[in-house]
Amino acid sequence: MAGLVPAIHVFKGSKDVDPGTSPGMTTKSASIISASIPHRFPSCYHPGMKPLDSLEMPRPAGASDPIIAVSGLTKTYASGFQALKKVDLEIRRGEIFALLGPNGAGKTTLISIICGIVNPSTGRISADGHDIVRDFRAARTKIGLVPQELTTDAFESVWATVTFSRGLFGKPPNPAYLEKILKDLSLWEKRDSKIMTLSGGMKRRVMIAKALSHEPNILFLDEPTAGVDVELRRDMWNMVRRLRESGVTIILTTHYIEEAEEMADRIGVISKGEIILVEDKAILMQKLGKKQLTVHLQSPLSSLPPELQSDSLHLSGDGSELVYTFDTQSEETGIAGLLRRLNEHGIDFKDLQTSESSLEEIFVSLVRGRS
Amino acid sequence: MNFYGIKAIYLFEMARTWRTIMQSIASPVLSTSLYFIVFGSAIGSRMASIEGVSYGAFIVPGLIMLSILTESISNASFGIYMPKFTGTIYEILSAPISAVETVIGYVGAAATKSVIIGAIILITARLFVDFSIEHPLWMIAFLVLTSITFSLFGFIIGIWADSFQKLQIVPLMIVTPLAFLGGSFYSINMLPPFWQTVALFNPVVYLVSGFRWSFYGVADVDVGISLGMTLVFMLICLAAIGWIFRTGYRIKA
Repeated sequence: MAGLVPAIHVFKGSKDVDPGTSPGMTTKSASIISASIPHRFPSCYHPGMKPLDSLEMPRPAGASDPIIAVSGLTKTYASGFQALKKVDLEIRRGEIFALLGPNGAGKTTLISIICGIVNPSTGRISADGHDIVRDFRAARTKIGLVPQELTTDAFESVWATVTFSRGLFGKPPNPAYLEKILKDLSLWEKRDSKIMTLSGGMKRRVMIAKALSHEPNILFLDEPTAGVDVELRRDMWNMVRRLRESGVTIILTTHYIEEAEEMADRIGVISKGEIILVEDKAILMQKLGKKQLTVHLQSPLSSLPPELQSDSLHLSGDGSELVYTFDTQSEETGIAGLLRRLNEHGIDFKDLQTSESSLEEIFVSLVRGRS
Repeated sequence: MNFYGIKAIYLFEMARTWRTIMQSIASPVLSTSLYFIVFGSAIGSRMASIEGVSYGAFIVPGLIMLSILTESISNASFGIYMPKFTGTIYEILSAPISAVETVIGYVGAAATKSVIIGAIILITARLFVDFSIEHPLWMIAFLVLTSITFSLFGFIIGIWADSFQKLQIVPLMIVTPLAFLGGSFYSINMLPPFWQTVALFNPVVYLVSGFRWSFYGVADVDVGISLGMTLVFMLICLAAIGWIFRTGYRIKA
């Protein structure tokens, strides 16, 4: 069983100090466990359901079943609040899927329903081919969940709590596996400590260890880096990547767009209970992303020559910069033509700089566009 | 059947018991000793024997029942209330474990603790008064059955309660009066006829009566009826728990 340990590499050098017992302890570089879960990367392609029409992707032959398929899912709470309005979503095997959305968009409700914590109102969900209601045992065995809140048993030791989690998920004891998880999460030294004595960052790692204790192949991380310092966040990103490499499918929700930008293979945007977009990150950036070329002029202009005036070219307030916006998708960016025309008009420049819109800008424009 | 899951919950709950072993054992032993000093020695010595049983010995089954009822309810209700309160219930809800298995884990642990406490009180009582047990197997059966039934009841209270006050109110306001009025310290035959009829609506009467019968062969009500009523109460609790898990009442939105 030890051979099934997914590779985890985390918290390299993170100074996550337990205030109680070992001041100044620096967690050592975690060893990398060889990945032995067979790779299940999608050589195939599955477009997420409900993409924007303009973003429809071709579906290559040989597409495999999604690891999670949500169809027609709605959730109306007893208060009458409709948290989810007919959600359709497919998560591909082996990917890192980031679910983005503002507060109250329905991210946690969606995850909670898939994991069995909240009852759906209507709709169907399957996890690794198992219906989450009819075949809940098989479905839930595959899923690990790290919830947003740091909810742990204060008086339990780290070792007791991960042992509990593994048993709860119906797995026979495997101390060697749990030892590996704790070592990779730099928690081994703390195995006998009560959870209440650990720092916040350590508690979050305990939550991750609990979620991994039963060897799931789907891992939900609900806001994994909320309230986590920069260094620990980077370590966590590394850990997520390592898990993905070992074949674990990861679904994370986040407020931090840079996190999705950094990590995700695909991005889903949820707003007001609806999935408004599912797309490959790179394609999303490419399709919705606008690039800008900033031309720093040798000497300021008072106004643009009439021949150069267009919607895509603007002169900055002080006249020292020209900002040219272009579409990354089009065949011709128009940069060569612009530079030629600048030359023709005797406008000299000292520097050129291009930038592309961040996922955050894309996200904001998407959500705004819907409201 | 998720046996590892049941075992995990059971051991988790028992670990909680062992962590608080001193409170768990010291408090019932102390309160029972006080009861025996007051009722058994001080008052009991001036009381006539009831149906051929000395008063000190007569109250032993009732005192054990009293402790079992309150301990079962408080253990089981606290066991399931805490995960709800701290939020760790997410793990139980997301685990591949059925409602029945969850209940077996929590209720099994609460009932185990109650049986242990019952045995300790029995031993403590023996230090104060002399008694014998006529039907030891029936005694154990009643002990276990009552522990399970009231642990189920406690589990329901733990699910229902959404504050620590509510967690306390049922044991305090309902169970303690029922236990005291259920014939722990007297035979209901000693009551006026009207109150005897009223007493028959108190489920604790049947538990104490049946339990006392297993000790001394004397009972307020027929032992078959005692057993039947205990089982009926257990079935009511099981039905309520079934409904709770079907509807997700107070645990699942």
